[in-house]
Amino acid sequence: MANKIPRVPVREQDPALRAANFEEVCYGYNAEEAVLEASRCLHCKKPRCVEACPVGISIPEFIAALQEGRFADAAAIIARDSSLPSICGRVCPQETQCEGSCILGIKGEAVAIGKLERFVGDWKLEHADQTSATPLPARNGHRVAVIGSGPAGLACASDLAKAGYEVTIFEALHKVGGVLVYGIPEFRLPKERIVAREIEEVKRLGVRIETDVVVGRTVTIDSLMDDEGYEAVFIGSGAGLPRFMGIPGENLNGVVSANEFLTRTNLMHAYDSSYDTPIYVGKRVAVVGGGNVAMDAVRTAKRLGAEATIIYRRSEKELPARAEEVHHAREEGIRFRMLTNPVEVLGDERGWVRGLRCVEMELGEPDESGRRAPVVKPGSEFDLECDVVIMALGTSPNPLIASTTEGLETNRRGCITADAEGATTRPGVFAGGDAVTGAATVILAMGAGRTAARAIDAYLKGEKH
Amino acid sequence: MYPILEKEALAENIWLMKILAPRVARAAQPGQFVIARADEHGERIPLTISDYDAAQGSVTIVIQTIGASTRKICALDAGDALADFVGPLGHPSAFVAARPEELRGKRFIFIAGGVGTAPVYPQVKWLHEHGIEADVIIGAKTRDMLIYTEPMRAVAGNLYITTDDGSEGFHGLVTQRLEQLIAEGKHYDECVAIGPMVMMKFVALTTRKYALKTTVSLNTLMVDGTGMCGACRVTVGGKTRFTCVEGPEFDGHEVDFDEAMRRQGMYRTQEQRAAAIEAEREAGHVCRIGLDK
Repeated sequence: MANKIPRVPVREQDPALRAANFEEVCYGYNAEEAVLEASRCLHCKKPRCVEACPVGISIPEFIAALQEGRFADAAAIIARDSSLPSICGRVCPQETQCEGSCILGIKGEAVAIGKLERFVGDWKLEHADQTSATPLPARNGHRVAVIGSGPAGLACASDLAKAGYEVTIFEALHKVGGVLVYGIPEFRLPKERIVAREIEEVKRLGVRIETDVVVGRTVTIDSLMDDEGYEAVFIGSGAGLPRFMGIPGENLNGVVSANEFLTRTNLMHAYDSSYDTPIYVGKRVAVVGGGNVAMDAVRTAKRLGAEATIIYRRSEKELPARAEEVHHAREEGIRFRMLTNPVEVLGDERGWVRGLRCVEMELGEPDESGRRAPVVKPGSEFDLECDVVIMALGTSPNPLIASTTEGLETNRRGCITADAEGATTRPGVFAGGDAVTGAATVILAMGAGRTAARAIDAYLKGEKH
Repeated sequence: MYPILEKEALAENIWLMKILAPRVARAAQPGQFVIARADEHGERIPLTISDYDAAQGSVTIVIQTIGASTRKICALDAGDALADFVGPLGHPSAFVAARPEELRGKRFIFIAGGVGTAPVYPQVKWLHEHGIEADVIIGAKTRDMLIYTEPMRAVAGNLYITTDDGSEGFHGLVTQRLEQLIAEGKHYDECVAIGPMVMMKFVALTTRKYALKTTVSLNTLMVDGTGMCGACRVTVGGKTRFTCVEGPEFDGHEVDFDEAMRRQGMYRTQEQRAAAIEAEREAGHVCRIGLDK
């Protein structure tokens, strides 16, 4: 009667405390809790969770190993399909993927697959000395360049290294990890304890990482292939270009992109006075947008001492952010102003933000995204007082690489054109993750990196293209 | 790490540093910039490139100490190293990509203000190496603040010096000297102005009168320098542009300088606070009320 046990609650940091610090919100399961939660799995013959997982992790199989206390086996089962379980267990939208299709969820609560994955991932990192004893394959003498050290690049590089390739990752920033270090905040994904250790694991496989290299400026894909002897290239440069609304007042002092606000805090540690990078937080912060990045920004602003509000043009039901993040944000005292859209940023006589002119919205007919389109309520204009406005409206791929690489096609949204295997329109050049799809999830990027690694292996063995 | 090969004081609070950064040195072109970070706790600071030597693998930068972070970089000596040095960033100057026949016979006037003289040098040098002798006006507050005059003399056509106090060369502003040259019958096809934002604003206002095409190089705030943060947004011709990836050079007659100057001050209070705390610390003061937190 495994399904009679209620979902094991996960321990979290007290909302009142955590709204003022950057430590991780969720403590995760301990071994006892994980084994108990694992016992709830029904081990469906036709597991819907596996189908719903973007990389098809053998979920019931790893849960069975976990339930029997075979943690190393559970880790090995996940590793067949995912190279970043500690990270995906924390940031995957499980409620719309594996857990969203769990049979138990129909009448009660789904198995906490994400928290179990996280437990296994963390256990593996803590026991790296016991689990990663597998000898590395002999180098095959072929060189592959990977552009970007985010989820797509790390996954592609580690699979290629395991297959014997000499891999170098080129990272534009000074720190390795891409969106995992500049975008996702410490309170959701600890940098030293989790991200840095996952990266150490990639390095242990023999992957070289060169930071401070902007491909398209410092080097080009052509120079890497023609002058530096790389036979294939994987582009995992993500989607880092912030969008703005194009409304009046957007260049006033105090209007920043979520990317800037989060980069200053996460990558540059602006919240820590022993670091030099400044940040301007203000007293009242309005964050425009409803995605995970908007939640990260608004919760960061709150932690930095501001009164922080989400401004979103649709209703709560349409919020693209993960349910867990919205729930956590509410617990921390974030205000939500739904069905509201800014039309102008208001400035004072010195050119600093003093408020946001907004209109109220109502939901009309469904648009091409299938969601009901917000329409302006006539005569609903009002002013909201704030001194900082953070624009979290999504990001698009950086055109730098495409614009400096002849023969590399992009679509009209600036995404690199690639087939299901990751092959681009340039022979020997592969791409995956947000650079191809536009802003999406860590797990899809990781999956695309792994798929491309297989395609690169096949390409270099002369099987294809 | 990026070793500092040489360090030289050019004027009070203005330092030249030659950095070993072979990849940057190989790729650098006139008009581009780098981002440097002193140490693990440092800020990413955009700096213009004043020279580069691909054979030696070195890039020369000139820095003026204006805040805590530039002071931190300038406190390093030859033999020390910068934690990070990334580039070259931004687009090269437009003339680099021009066809030789387009450039032939073109008369350039460069206007360099203060520390902005350093990034003018590689542009004038490049033109010199391509058979074009550009005229250059270098302006500074006073004689002691003039930099790069001798290297510039070696590559420029005519070199004109101006100082605000008349301690050397023409007594007055670079814009006045430019108007004087035009009045004397000099004809220019293109002006390139690099210096403090306010100087570039007034150069652009002056050259507009003469319908003289003017390029400016903007020194906006930046974090990543690769298009990610948008801190560097400027309004050019009524449109928002990112200085780091679309600039740093823009049509001076199209730039909204007042907005650009205001945006430069976005973090000034925080920087001043940091600088004040740093100064206090250096003076041996220990804060007991937590202002340094």
